[in-house]
Amino acid sequence: MSDNNNNAPLLRLEHIGKEFYGNRVLSDISFDIRAGEIIGLVGENGAGKSTLLNILFGMPVISSTGGHEGVMFIDGRKVNFTSPNQALAHGIGMVHQEFSLIPGFTATENILLNREVLNGSTMSYVFSDRVSTLDRQAMNERARAAINTLGVNISPYMTVSEMPVGYKQFIEIAREIDRKNTRLLFLDEPTAVLTETEAEILLIALNKLARSGIAIVFISHRLSEVKELCSRVIILRDGRLITDQKAEELTTRQIASLMVGRESERREVPQEIPEAPVEPDNVNYTLSPSPKKKKKKIKPALKVDHLWVDMPGETVRDVSFEVKKGEIFGIGGLAGHGKLGIPNGIMGLYPAGGSVRLSGRKLTLNKPRAALGRKMAFVSEDRRGVGLLLDEPLDWNITFTAMQTQGRFLIGIPYIFQIRNEHAMRKEAKKFIDQLEIRCTGPHQKAGELSGGNQQKVCLAKAFVLRPDVLLICEPTRGIDVGAKTLVLDTLRNYNKENGTTIIITSSELEELRSVCDRVAIVDEGRIAGILPASSPAEEFGMLMMGEKMRVALAATE
Amino acid sequence: MIGRFIQNAGWPRIIIALFLLGLFIAAPFVGVRVDTSLSNTLVRFGMNGVMVLAMIPMVQAGCGLNFGLPLGIIAGLLGATLSIEWNVEILARLAELGAQYKISWLNEAFLTSWREPIGFASAVVIAVPIAAVLGWFYGKLLNRVKGDEMMIATYVGFSSVSFMCIAWLLLPYKHPTMVWGYAGHGLRTTISVEGYWLHVLSDALALDINTENIHLYIPTGMLIFFAVMAFLVWVFMRTKTGTAMTAVGSNPDFARASGVNVDRMRTISVMLSTVLGAIGIIVYEQSFGFIQLYMGPFYMALPAVASILLGGASVNKAGILNVIVGTFLFQGILTMTPSVINSYLQTDMSEVIRLIVSNGMILYALTRKVRAGR
Repeated sequence: MSDNNNNAPLLRLEHIGKEFYGNRVLSDISFDIRAGEIIGLVGENGAGKSTLLNILFGMPVISSTGGHEGVMFIDGRKVNFTSPNQALAHGIGMVHQEFSLIPGFTATENILLNREVLNGSTMSYVFSDRVSTLDRQAMNERARAAINTLGVNISPYMTVSEMPVGYKQFIEIAREIDRKNTRLLFLDEPTAVLTETEAEILLIALNKLARSGIAIVFISHRLSEVKELCSRVIILRDGRLITDQKAEELTTRQIASLMVGRESERREVPQEIPEAPVEPDNVNYTLSPSPKKKKKKIKPALKVDHLWVDMPGETVRDVSFEVKKGEIFGIGGLAGHGKLGIPNGIMGLYPAGGSVRLSGRKLTLNKPRAALGRKMAFVSEDRRGVGLLLDEPLDWNITFTAMQTQGRFLIGIPYIFQIRNEHAMRKEAKKFIDQLEIRCTGPHQKAGELSGGNQQKVCLAKAFVLRPDVLLICEPTRGIDVGAKTLVLDTLRNYNKENGTTIIITSSELEELRSVCDRVAIVDEGRIAGILPASSPAEEFGMLMMGEKMRVALAATE
Repeated sequence: MIGRFIQNAGWPRIIIALFLLGLFIAAPFVGVRVDTSLSNTLVRFGMNGVMVLAMIPMVQAGCGLNFGLPLGIIAGLLGATLSIEWNVEILARLAELGAQYKISWLNEAFLTSWREPIGFASAVVIAVPIAAVLGWFYGKLLNRVKGDEMMIATYVGFSSVSFMCIAWLLLPYKHPTMVWGYAGHGLRTTISVEGYWLHVLSDALALDINTENIHLYIPTGMLIFFAVMAFLVWVFMRTKTGTAMTAVGSNPDFARASGVNVDRMRTISVMLSTVLGAIGIIVYEQSFGFIQLYMGPFYMALPAVASILLGGASVNKAGILNVIVGTFLFQGILTMTPSVINSYLQTDMSEVIRLIVSNGMILYALTRKVRAGR
C-alpha cells in the first residue's frame, strides 16, 4: 500500500506536545517512520513514552484532557485520532505491556477476536452477521499462519490460561499481525516477560515482519536488544526528543547516558533540585567520603540479607545491602523491578522472607507492628491508598500511628483506661503544619481535601511524629509540584542532619536520589544491580538500570 | 446561617423533621392528642435507642450496617428468658451470698424490694457473654467476606432466627409462665415479663402527669439508661481501641501500615454491636412488656438500620448524634402516622408508610455509599 506513495513517510509527527493539567509531559516531538523500519524508542520512566503512545493510538485519556499539540500525518495525510478504533483502521497496531487476552479462550479465539471467519446462513441474511456461526477450521488456519510468521510453534487450540507468559506475548503480537492492514506496530516492552531464547525468537520474528514492509516501534529497557534489532534509536528525556540517530552510531553506553542525562548537561527543566556540590554545607552528601569513614566502626543501622518480597508488580527476588547509621541511602531502578517492594517488605506490608537486621538485632518480618515498634517509620508510595485517612482530619492522620504504636496522645491511666487527648493531637498537628508549611485551614481539615504536595507533607509529618531511627520513604516527590518537591527533599535532608536519622529513599527519579543520597542502589529485576556513591556519573547508573550488570559497566569504563 | 444549618443537617432530615412537625400540628385537628403522641414517641425512642446504638461500632469499623442485629437480639432473648427461668434460683443464690459473706445490705428485704431490677440485671448479665461469643463468631465470618458484609449479615440474622425457632422448642425450659401449657415444654411465642421486670427502667423516676387536660408520661429511667449507654459508646470510640476501629473503617490499609490488627478491630466491633443489640432488646422488652420469640426478631434490624441512616449516618460513618436524631425522627413518624393519617384518611396506612420510610431510607443510604466509595 505504502509503495505507491513512496515519498511520504508512513507516519510523520510534527511538534507533538502534551500537557496534563498544566504539567508538561511532552514537548515538540517530531520524527518520521518509514515502511519496514524498526525504531527503538527508549527513555526513563516518566520520559513521556506512554503519553506519546497514547497520542498515537488515539487513547481517550488524551482527548478527555484537552487533546494534544502538533499534527500527525499518515501517508502524507493529516490525521487526528479520537479513538483507538480510528488508529486501528489506519493500520496502527499496539502490543501493550499488560496482556489484554481472555484467559479462558484459545489462541485462535484470542487472535481472531472480533474478526472471526463466519459461515453464511439464512439466519445471518435475516438478522445480520451477529447470528452467524464461526468457521472454526478457517479460523485455526489463519491463527496458525499468524503464529508461524513469528517463527514459534504454539498450538492454536491451546487456551491462553494454560500458556507460559512468553507464549501470551507471542499471541498478542500474532493478533496484531493477523490484522491485514497492520503497517505500523508498536511494541511496549515485549521482551520484558520473555526468557532469553524466547526474546531471541521474537527479535528474529520482528526482523522478518519488518522485511515484509511493516514498520515497528520497539520500546524496551534492554538496550542491547534495542541496539541489536533497531535501525534507528529515538531517545526521550523529560518529554523532549533528545536524539534520533542510526543505531550503529551509538553505543549502549551512550544511549544510557543520553537517557538519564549527562553530568555536564543537567536538565534545564525547573524540576532542578539544588545541586549538592554547589552548596558547601551539602558537600558530604555527594562527594566527601570523610564523614562516612568516621562512622565505619558503628554497626550498620540496617542490614538486609537475601530479602524477597511478594509485592504484586514489584517483586523482590534476592536483595542484600547495608545502610550505615545516619546515612541517606537511595534505592532506584525502573518501575516494576522491585524497588518499591524492598521498603514495603521490610515494613511488613507484603509477604517477605530473608533476614533484616536493625542495629544488629533481627527484625520480625510480615508484622507492621514489629517494624514500627523498632522505631522505623514508613512513608508509602501509595499516598491516598495507604498513606492517609482521607476522610479524617489532619490531626488524626499525623498522630494516629504514634498513638497506636507508642501510646502517645492519650490521656488517662495506661493499660487501664485511656482516651485520646485531642488537645495534644491538635497541638502536635499544628506544630507540623507550621514547620512543614502544610497549606490547610487547620488541624481539623480532612486530609482528602489537600493538594498532593500538602498530603505528602502530612505523610512526612506522620513519620516524623514517630521520632524514627530509620525512616523509609517511597517516592517522596511523586505527583507533587516543583515547589513542594524542593521543600520535601530539603525537609528530609535537614531532618537527617539534625537528628542523625537513617533515611532510605526509594524513588523513580534518579536525579533526585543523586542529589539527596549518599549512596544509591539500583534494583533490576528484583535484585540489586549495583550500589554506587551518588557522585558517580549518571551514565553508570543508567547502565545498571538497563540491566547491564555491574561488571559489564565497569569493563566498559576500563 | 440557615444555609449552613441545612447543609449540616442534610435535606432528608429537614424534610422528615418538617413532616413530623406537620403531623404534630395537624394532630389536634383530627382528634389526636399531642401530649399522648409525644409521650408515645419518647417511649418508643427509649425502647429502640440502644438497638440503634448497636449500629455504631460496626459502621465505624467499616463492617457496614449491622443487618445481623437479630443475632444480638437472640442473645438478649436468651438472657431474658433465662432470667425468668432462673429467677428464683438467682434470688436464692444472692441471699446465700449475702449470708455467707455477711453483706448486711444483701438481705431478704432488699432482695424482695429489688426483685425486679435484679431480674433485669440478671437478664443483661446472662445475655452479654452469650452475645459476645456469638459476636466473635459473627465477626470472624464477616472478616472472610470483606466488601459484602451487609448482605452476609442479613443472612446471618435471618438464618439465626430460623435456627432459634427450632431451639426455642427444644431447649429444656421448665418455667410454667413461659412454656406451652398443653405440652409442658417448648417456649411460647409471646412471654409476658409482668411480675419479673416489666417497666423496671421506664417507671424508674418516670414523670407521669395525668390530669384532666394533660396526659404526659416521660420514661425518665429508660432515657437515662439510653444516655448512659450512649455515653459509654461515645467514650469507647475515643479510646485507643475505638480510635483504631474508626481508622480501620476509614482506611484499612492505613490502619494496617500503622500497626493495627485490622481483623481484630473488626471482630471487636462486631462483638460490641452484638452485645449492644442484646442489651437493646432487653430494654425494649421491659418497656413493651413481652418477650417475642420465634419470628419476632426477624425484621428487627430494619427499623434500627433505617433510624441511624435517617439520623444522617452513612454506611461508613456514624455518631451518637445520628442515633439520637434518627431514632427520634423515625419513631416519631412511626407514632404519628398511624394516629394522624389514619384518623384523617379513615384507612389503615400506618404499615405502608412505615415500610416506605424505613426501606426508602435504607435504599437512599445504600446509593449514597456508591458515591462516596473509594
